Amino acid sequence: MTIQFNDETFRDDYSFKNSDWAIKRFPFPFHEDSYMYSVNMEQHRGGPDGSIYEKRFDVDEHYVSEMRDRAMVLADDPLRCQSLPHMTLAGWDLLELIMVSKSEDYPDLFELHRNGDKWRWVNKPMGIDDSFTFLDEATLPYGPMEYITRQTQGDFCVLDQRDDNLWMDAGMITTQADWSLDFDIGMNFFEWHAPVPLAHEKGIFVRALKFLLSIQQGAPARRLNWTMTVNPLLDTSPENYHKWGIQKTSVTPENIGAKQHLRVELQTFFRLPRSNALVFPIRCYLCCFDDLMSVPKWGRRLHRVIRDLPEELATYKGFIDNRPMMLDYLSAFDDGQPTSMGIWPDRDTEPPLKT
Amino acid sequence: MSKFTFPESIRSRPVYGTLEPRAGAAHLLIADAHGAEAILDVATPDMMAKAHIIYIPKGEPFEDKLRALKPAQFYSGPTYAAAEQRIHKAFADAKMGLQLYLSGTEGVIGQAQHAAMQAGIPHTAIQTEHRGSTARRMQCVHCKGITEDVDVDPFQCAHCGLHLFVRDHYSRRLAAYQGVCIDAEDPGNVPPSKGIYE
Repeated sequence: MTIQFNDETFRDDYSFKNSDWAIKRFPFPFHEDSYMYSVNMEQHRGGPDGSIYEKRFDVDEHYVSEMRDRAMVLADDPLRCQSLPHMTLAGWDLLELIMVSKSEDYPDLFELHRNGDKWRWVNKPMGIDDSFTFLDEATLPYGPMEYITRQTQGDFCVLDQRDDNLWMDAGMITTQADWSLDFDIGMNFFEWHAPVPLAHEKGIFVRALKFLLSIQQGAPARRLNWTMTVNPLLDTSPENYHKWGIQKTSVTPENIGAKQHLRVELQTFFRLPRSNALVFPIRCYLCCFDDLMSVPKWGRRLHRVIRDLPEELATYKGFIDNRPMMLDYLSAFDDGQPTSMGIWPDRDTEPPLKT
Repeated sequence: MSKFTFPESIRSRPVYGTLEPRAGAAHLLIADAHGAEAILDVATPDMMAKAHIIYIPKGEPFEDKLRALKPAQFYSGPTYAAAEQRIHKAFADAKMGLQLYLSGTEGVIGQAQHAAMQAGIPHTAIQTEHRGSTARRMQCVHCKGITEDVDVDPFQCAHCGLHLFVRDHYSRRLAAYQGVCIDAEDPGNVPPSKGIYE
C-alpha cells in the first residue's frame, strides 16, 4: 500500500492523531490481563501482513512529521545524538542495515544504488537524493549514525560489546521515556538500567544481557515495552522534564480519553557485521485512550492491567497520581468478560462491550 | 575520622574499597581532605620512594604529615581544577606499571578516575577509598551545570535555580550524580532539604 503521511505535531498544539489503519495496527503491549517484567524476547522475522512487525524498520503515517520533530529537538540540544570515537564503524554498519532494509522492504519509498563504495540513497518521503562514498565520513553531511537516524523513526542505541557486557557508546535519542543519553553514554547494561525498580532483583537484566550478547547477524530479536504519556509528546526527556512534567496535571475526567496516551516501544536488536556492535532501536508508538477503547478486548484488558499494576511500577512509569482517574475512565470499558490470549485486537471474534 | 558505610544502592552508584600497597614501577596518589588519612595508612617507605602525591587539603590539616612521608614528588593545590593539568601530565607521562591510588571525597575520586580511564590507565591499576565528606558532585540534568559538594536533598541548582532531587544514578564519564527537578508536576511543592544520608 502507499502510505499517506500525516502533517502533524508532537508539541504545542499536538495535532498528532492515528488513522483507523494506525489504530488497528497499534502494538498493544499486553498479551494477558496482567503485567510484570519479563525477558519477553522473540525473533524479529516479520509478522502478520500490515502489522508493525512485518518489516525490519516499520514506516508509518507519522514518519515525515516525526523526523521534523527530531530535527527540532536536535537543533535545541545537539547532545541528544552522540557517538564515542570508537563507534564510527558501527554507525556505518547501521547506515547500511537501514538503507538495505528500507530499500528492499519499501521499494516505492526508498532506493539504494551501490557501485562498489559509491552509493546513492533516495528517500522519497523526505525529498532526499544523496550520493556518497561508503566509509568516507567526509562525503555525508553528518556522521553515518546521525545521517541515517535523522531519516528513521525511533530512537537508536548503538551498543559496543566487550568484557561480556554491552556499553551504551552511541545513540540518537529524541523520543525517550525519560532517560538521558548525555548522562548515560558510556555506561554498561546494568548501569544504565540501574534506576529501574524490581527487575534487577528478579534477575531480568542478567538473563536479558545473556540473551543479547549472543544475538547473531541476520537473526534479530524484538520485544515490546510500555509507559504512559500525557499528550502525544515524543520528547519526554529528563532534560526538558521541568517543562513537560506539568502537563501531567492537565488531565481531567473530561479530557483523559483524548490526552492520556499509552506509549509503546517496539524494541529490536540487530547484530552489526563489521563492528560486532549491537543496535537497539526503540520505536515509539502512541495511542490515546479513546482510540484504544475502540477495540473491546483492549478496553477490558487495559483496565485490568492498570488496576493490578504494582505501585512501584506505576510510580516508576510516572502515572501513580493519575491512576485513580485512569481507572474511573477505563472501568467503563470493562464488562468483566474474558479476553483472548495475545496482543492482537481480534475484532472479529471478541464480543462487543456489554452495556 | 571513621569511615562512612554507604547504604545499599543501585548498580550505577560507585563502590569504594580500601587502599592496599601494591608492587609497581611508580605510584600516583591523588587525594583531597580526609583522603590524606588513607594515604597515611597505605604508605610504605618503599612506595614513597617512587611516589607522586597530589593533595587538595580543603582546609584539613594533613599536609605536613603527608610531606613527612617523603614522597618523591609532592604537590598541594587549592582545588581539583587547579591540580587537573598536573594530573593530566602525570597520566600522559606514566609508564607501564603505574599504580594509582585515589582517596577522599566522591567528587575528587570520580574526576581523577575518569581522567585516568581517558588516559588509558587500566581499571585494574586503580584503587579507590572514600574518606571524609559524603557530599556529592552533581549535574543538573536540565541546565547541565555541575555543582561540587552537594550534601542535601533536595538541592537548589546553583546555576539555573531549579529545585533538584539528587538521584543515586551516577555517570562515570561526568563523575557526577544526576539532579532532576523535584517539583515539575507540582510547582512550588518542594519538601524541606535534609542530609542525603539522613
